[in-house]
Amino acid sequence: MSDMPKALRQPLSLRLSSAAFLAFWCLLAAFPIFWIAVMSFKVPIDAFAANPLAVVFGPATRAQGKGLTALDMLALGGLLWLTYRAAVRGLPAMVAGMAAVIPPVLGWIVAAAALGLGFVLVGFVLLPPITDALNAALGLEPLLGVTTENYQAVWVENAFWRNFVNSLQVTLGVVLVSLTVGTLAGYALARAGSNLAFWILVVALIFRALPHSVLVAGYLPVFINSAEILRPILGENAPTLYGQPLSVIAVLVAINQPFTIWMLRSFFQNIPAELDEAARVDGCTHFQAFRWVIMPVMWPGVITTGLFSFLLGYNDFLVTSLLLDQSNMTMVPAIAGYFNRETTTTDQVEAVAAAVSITAPLFLLVMVFQRQIVSGLTAGAVKG
Amino acid sequence: MKFKTFAAFVAPSVVMMLLFIAAPLVSVFLQSFYLTQPVIETVEVETCTPGFLEQTCATALRTRPVLDENGKVQTTTTFVGLQSYRNVLEPARAWDAISGFDYGALMGIDFWRALRFTLTFTFITLPLVILAGLAIALAVNNTAKAFRGQVIFISLLPFIITPVIGALSIRWLFVGDGILTRMIEGWTGEDIAVFAQGWSIELLMLFYRVWHVAPFAFVVFYAGLQGVNRDAVEAAIIDGASRFERLRYVVIPHLMPLIVFIALIHLMDAYRVFEEIIGFRSEAHVISLQYLTYDLLTPDDAGNRSVSRASASAMLTMVGIVILLIPLLRRTWRDHRGAH
Repeated sequence: MSDMPKALRQPLSLRLSSAAFLAFWCLLAAFPIFWIAVMSFKVPIDAFAANPLAVVFGPATRAQGKGLTALDMLALGGLLWLTYRAAVRGLPAMVAGMAAVIPPVLGWIVAAAALGLGFVLVGFVLLPPITDALNAALGLEPLLGVTTENYQAVWVENAFWRNFVNSLQVTLGVVLVSLTVGTLAGYALARAGSNLAFWILVVALIFRALPHSVLVAGYLPVFINSAEILRPILGENAPTLYGQPLSVIAVLVAINQPFTIWMLRSFFQNIPAELDEAARVDGCTHFQAFRWVIMPVMWPGVITTGLFSFLLGYNDFLVTSLLLDQSNMTMVPAIAGYFNRETTTTDQVEAVAAAVSITAPLFLLVMVFQRQIVSGLTAGAVKG
Repeated sequence: MKFKTFAAFVAPSVVMMLLFIAAPLVSVFLQSFYLTQPVIETVEVETCTPGFLEQTCATALRTRPVLDENGKVQTTTTFVGLQSYRNVLEPARAWDAISGFDYGALMGIDFWRALRFTLTFTFITLPLVILAGLAIALAVNNTAKAFRGQVIFISLLPFIITPVIGALSIRWLFVGDGILTRMIEGWTGEDIAVFAQGWSIELLMLFYRVWHVAPFAFVVFYAGLQGVNRDAVEAAIIDGASRFERLRYVVIPHLMPLIVFIALIHLMDAYRVFEEIIGFRSEAHVISLQYLTYDLLTPDDAGNRSVSRASASAMLTMVGIVILLIPLLRRTWRDHRGAH
């Protein structure tokens, strides 16, 4: 601040009001998410209590003997802090360590899965017996009403884990395929200045604007009858594409392609063309130059684009709810199943717990990849 | 790069787009002129009930779908021309309503109701998103560097959250026994039912969308603010420009390309408004164009999907987005021509 010229300094009132506004925005941004997270850990009476303090401290939950003692809170706080440290510091190191064996995109997926799994294992399997024993030994009373019964009901009784597996399958498929296809196209589009390249980009831009329901209206009749349509070509084992995760992956990859190639193209344009020219002079083919010279410096851009593909696949409701059947629903459309049953407050709280379960991986994602997400958001805009 | 190499590189992506975007578009276009229906036959059925001395028999005409040799319902596809479009637009009813200045009657037709909401939603959220994004960006630019990381982290949460879940999380604050409803009831002493009428749901939807997209605008504007020319600002100070004038004549013009960019992206996305309808469960009061197609595509109680009406409504939705995009396309084309 001290290097700022005096005329640029702001009066106190302006600085205060800007800080107040920012605090207000942060409250607004975080409150709904924070609140459903709090609600999901309470019994229904507490979750929908009239007094906000009752929702936070959960007297009814505590009265049922479900709660956290000071020791529990300490252990939980420690675990969260360790997870945060691991996510911010440990993960990048881990990925760098694995870089020799597998490419960074896969490395990130493996590392993130390991972290999530580790957190669940330690937090839900390893810690509870230990803290329970210690609490009993020390005679500690719970201070904060917290229960995981809603999560148990959702994940175990309602078999939400199945939807989770489906989501994982679809999302990973979308990320891997759309990056493979997209990097190739993005590279070529960045290096070719021809009219054809321009037209491909413009058409992709129009495709990006299309409402997805328009496309699904085109897929549905074909997918439902695909076995009959494909029979002349594929014979008796022609598949019905409706309800197949693979066909949803293909559809989501295609929907995502316009965005992916625009973004990757802008990342490729930042890599000097001299680099591949040098490789070409040394006798590489275009593909070799792409694979061995360009890709190694391109990983940050690919990871950023992959994040947005992940979000598209993970967050999608429209395509998955129309093209998948009940047996292999992903998480987001599956939560709509709770709507129809959401009559009692117990159902409502379970729906809240399911919603928080869907949000948790995204929270982790922002924590680890904040910088990449920001660079991705500005990539298309600032560089033109 | 030679054409052959270029083609080899872009082929997978182009094939995907042709197969899964262009081809469905053509098929939707064709479907909207055809109607597929089960073949119905009318048969005379004699039903007899045992009675005294002799049975009492009655014959009745029944309609039933014709089954083929596999036991499946046979269907026929007939060319119906613009009939599906007529079913969606209901021009006669709409014209009556317009010529009679009966707004309520016009809103009784799903398509016009959806169109009204989609357009108002798009054009109300547009300035709000830009203003909110700009305000947050300026405020963050003002705070000490130490806080910026945390503020950006919190700001990204509404953007990154699954849209349906984000809408739900706000819905749960305002449902009958939600915490904010209780609070407002406590202050005003009246019973509040946010989800009982259209306008309050619509307000929540507008709020949700601004909450969801403002972070994106903020991040882009914030990145743009880092590039504001310091000399220009200082020159403006020497010329006696006030703080507001500096913002108006130096900073905003610098950000103008970014504002246009955000506006375009937002236009495309807001026109597709859909998840809010699901999250707020507003279909009884408010629907959007995309929801209309979605609703026609979901099987009804008998398990039928009205594909041809859905196709007609999809085509009409597309016409809307093309109209919105024409100015953008013309500009891109001019830029491209200028660049060569």
